Amino acid sequence: MASLYLQKKGGKMSKYVIKRFFRSIFTLIAVITVVFLLMRMMPEEGYFGETGTDKLDESQKEAILTNLGLRDPMHIQLLHFYSDLAKGDLGDSLIYRPNVSITKIIKQKAPYSIAIGLSSLGFALILGLSMGVVMAKEKNKLADKMGTFYVVIIRAVPPIVYYLFIQLYLTQIFKLPLLFDIDEPSSWILPTFAMALGNIAGYAMWMRRYMVDELNKDYLRLARAKGLSERKIMVSHVARNALVPMVQYLPASILFTIGGSIYIESLFSIPGMGGLLVDAIQLQDNNLVQALVLMFSVVGILGLFLGDVLMAMLDPRIKLHSSGGGR
Amino acid sequence: MTSDVKTEKIDKSLFEFAEYDSKNAELIGYSNYSYWRSTLQVFLKNKIAVILLFVVVLLLLFTVVQPYLPNQHSPIKINVDADGLQLRNLPPSSEYWFGTNSIGQDIWSRIWSGTRTSLFIGLTVGIIELIVGIFVGSIWGYVRKLDPIITEIYNVITNIPTTIILILIAYILEPGILTIIIAMSVTRWTSMARFVRNLVIIIRDREYNLASRCLGTPLHRIASKNLLPYLVSVIMLRLALAIPLAIGSEVFLTYIGIGLPVDIPSLGNLINEGRMFIMTPSLRYQLLFPTAVLSIITISFYVMGNAFGDASDPKNHI
Repeated sequence: MASLYLQKKGGKMSKYVIKRFFRSIFTLIAVITVVFLLMRMMPEEGYFGETGTDKLDESQKEAILTNLGLRDPMHIQLLHFYSDLAKGDLGDSLIYRPNVSITKIIKQKAPYSIAIGLSSLGFALILGLSMGVVMAKEKNKLADKMGTFYVVIIRAVPPIVYYLFIQLYLTQIFKLPLLFDIDEPSSWILPTFAMALGNIAGYAMWMRRYMVDELNKDYLRLARAKGLSERKIMVSHVARNALVPMVQYLPASILFTIGGSIYIESLFSIPGMGGLLVDAIQLQDNNLVQALVLMFSVVGILGLFLGDVLMAMLDPRIKLHSSGGGR
Repeated sequence: MTSDVKTEKIDKSLFEFAEYDSKNAELIGYSNYSYWRSTLQVFLKNKIAVILLFVVVLLLLFTVVQPYLPNQHSPIKINVDADGLQLRNLPPSSEYWFGTNSIGQDIWSRIWSGTRTSLFIGLTVGIIELIVGIFVGSIWGYVRKLDPIITEIYNVITNIPTTIILILIAYILEPGILTIIIAMSVTRWTSMARFVRNLVIIIRDREYNLASRCLGTPLHRIASKNLLPYLVSVIMLRLALAIPLAIGSEVFLTYIGIGLPVDIPSLGNLINEGRMFIMTPSLRYQLLFPTAVLSIITISFYVMGNAFGDASDPKNHI
């Protein structure tokens, strides 16, 4: 049925995808420009590398800044920046690893972030959805109340608090390593688990809500009347229908994972992008901060794009209208 | 149905012609529904929320009153003993209720000072959000020509991860309370504006508003009786949620090193200081006390905000 439907609205669909794609590109250009212009407002100390500000006199500083192209008119700088970006060149790190290409640094770091991020997303999806189903089935009973309690705690308390306690107590209780170690698979468990907590709460909360909505619908009475087992009703009707609107939370959870990775990676010293961002900020490495902020924005924009397209494909009820606030 | 209905039981007067009475003709159906009473009724049903409301009120009162209570230490004063030595890392005692930190400052008073800072940030961000959100939202909804432009701006802002905007602005500007307020406000008005826009578009031409206008209801009465109830739930919810969010953002920014400077007592600074001693069991109180107070505050505001948001939503009224 779904494929038939897709064929029917195929023309509209591809039009929507193209339109949505251009909106993402537009956003990307806006973000790049704004980030670039904002970074030019930074104090210039961040551009002198490890030689430091005090050892250089004014003419040397000027020479460095001119060399970096920072004395050119703003539009020329922006043009240079775009042409470098098109070549995949994000500039060189200034302080973190002086004169090393940022693309190279990111290439080393990204696999860790992607691996942990994806595994925590998958983990959260399975656990969160099943938790939501259980909570809806046990509505107003103990399991539901405990689940709600968990959701409230996770959503209200700043993540760093429970991340810290996980690192402090769970490592002791389960005898797991405190810090990340590439050769030690058990050191992956806690960071992945900690990063998933927030998304589990989100998925469980929305899944429960959609399940409860679905449980109040008339077609369930028919399903019961024709003698379907309660289990079958739950799995193939209620849960299935409730899953469709869940797709819209996928992008949000990708964004949440990005935010979480910044905490988790520096707490567990995982050599990934989030930890790198914290290091770059603390070292005031302007180029690296700029590059990482752009990278994270690209991931976020891409995630939202994919989420919107996926949702349009899955949910036949969604109207592919062109105007109005997207999300 | 049985057919033996006795004809004499029917009241003959019901079948007589009514005389036209201009007074009765003006009478319309009326229920004694009151928005605020129903809101209160629904809210009071949620026992946990009522308890947390008391907690929130007590917390608010206490954070304001705390510096004026007797035997309180200054949050920024470095306490020294008789010989002029700093009272470092004192465990909780009757003098220093939550102990002292690594340079001899009183953790108890630092917690409440930090809470004041966070409440100030949260309320300011909440109020900015209300003003900007309602203003932009109504223009967005009413002025057709501006719709595509504001929609595009909205799309761009909401497409960027909030965390990234927060980091970027805090990185560029001088660390301080104002920076955090700006960084949070830049993204937060969007959802309010979108809500108001949708509300304006949906409700403006609803039948009951049309009827109200036809009956000659003045605009301020339409706004306060027909529109405001829809806004109240969202306003209260967003205001209440701005506080846990402000605390979370401040803690986050301070953690990555671009939050409030160390000389301003804040919950983020307290947790960051406490984090240093996480591996020393005897000094863990420096992390446990701030996180406990912080958790109570954020959870109370979150639950109470949601409960009041639900209660003030006319859809949930009986």
